[in-house]
Amino acid sequence: MTAVVAVADVLAVLLLAAGCFFVVAGTLGLLRFADLPTRLHGVAKADNLGLGFITAGLVVHALAHGGGIAGGGGGAGGIVAKLVLVWLFALLGTAANSHLLAAPARPEPGAEEKPEREPGPGPGPETTPEPEAPATREAP
Amino acid sequence: MEIALHAVATVLLLCVLAGLWRAARGPSTRDRVTAFALLGTTGAALLVVLATLTQTAALRDAALVLVALATVVVVVVTRGTAER
Repeated sequence: MTAVVAVADVLAVLLLAAGCFFVVAGTLGLLRFADLPTRLHGVAKADNLGLGFITAGLVVHALAHGGGIAGGGGGAGGIVAKLVLVWLFALLGTAANSHLLAAPARPEPGAEEKPEREPGPGPGPETTPEPEAPATREAP
Repeated sequence: MEIALHAVATVLLLCVLAGLWRAARGPSTRDRVTAFALLGTTGAALLVVLATLTQTAALRDAALVLVALATVVVVVVTRGTAER
């Protein structure tokens, strides 16, 4: 019994560490990336993966300890169900969020009264020529 | 185990603060809303970890509400901006 709990603890710590790594990666992406689509790319995927790992770690912890840290509280079933529900909500919500945020945006909120015939040097979002992945690997 | 949960909560709190920095500094409204989406996800993770740490079951409900409301906020902001 104790050995099982110890193994579960190690597994939970590993899952939590992986979750922390991904959440930190997503936050760094939000802070350091250049424009909105790349920021969304960092936030939407890495952060959800981090939340999934943390949720999995807490599920393992709840299954091993049956509730809280000291083993108090009710059974682990409700806790596991709620944790999984949090993660599923986050997946659905982030998919909808990212689609809405990355939808082809009007350049400015008051740009509708302008005619559509100055697409070139307009105030639209500048299209960076190199999208991502700086090719710092070995050159061919 | 408690130490690990404390460390995870600290890291998540730092991520929330970094997201707030982006929300305060973002050039456009969509950048701020993106930061808010990250705050929803990371804040939910933080609340879930704190729920296990302090054995407070209500914090899990709070995480659920936070995730759901972040989606609602993003939908309202983007729709409101698009229809003007």
